[in-house]
Amino acid sequence: MEEQKKKISLIAFSGDFDRLTAVFTLATGAAASGYEVNIFFTFWGLDAIKAEKGRAFLGKNWLTKLFGFMMGGLSNTPTSRFNFFGIGPRIFRYLMKKNNVATLEELVDAANALGINLYACEMAMHVLGLEKKDFIHEVKDVLGVNTFLELSEGGRTLFI
Amino acid sequence: MANHVLDITNEHCPMTFVKTKLKLAQIAEGDTLEVLLTEGEPLNNLPKSAKEQGYQVLSVTHVEGPVHKVIIQK
Repeated sequence: MEEQKKKISLIAFSGDFDRLTAVFTLATGAAASGYEVNIFFTFWGLDAIKAEKGRAFLGKNWLTKLFGFMMGGLSNTPTSRFNFFGIGPRIFRYLMKKNNVATLEELVDAANALGINLYACEMAMHVLGLEKKDFIHEVKDVLGVNTFLELSEGGRTLFI
Repeated sequence: MANHVLDITNEHCPMTFVKTKLKLAQIAEGDTLEVLLTEGEPLNNLPKSAKEQGYQVLSVTHVEGPVHKVIIQK
């Protein structure tokens, strides 16, 4: 009998630059080693897959639009420590480039090139007034808990 | 049958694996890929990972210093 493909499913809850770097490092490393990889983005994590990389008034009413603006996209993600009003992530990006370590943006590109499955959480999208069209086109589907459980069954799951 | 070369000696985790995987996806069946890599994680795991994914590892040779050459056939 053929061995079942190894699988890892990540729940990307955080919108922090450093935690998202961990998500995409694990995801791309696993995919490159032959794993099937699923990433389920929820709450702050949704910032990572917004088509608009900077700040934008995404949302359905003034409150969610304001939230959308304050949350921003991938290029606005703050570090969980030493953020210093946005200077922290700039310093990290500089250090990563200088040391030839892949930046968060390069890791996201690699994830897409490797065909990693990206999913968005339906409930969090509803709360934040976001729609599938607000995300990068690589986002495969909008899911709820049950579908995620089905997809992740038989593999490892991590919450970051 | 062509031979391709990939130098990942200046790359770090996970791009060492990512670049190799993407290159292997690009080349034709039967082609070989010569990967230049360094000791440690890449040398310990890349040939193993390639085998696990159904590729053939033809040779692993020491080049100089920390640099090794792995030849993989698709």
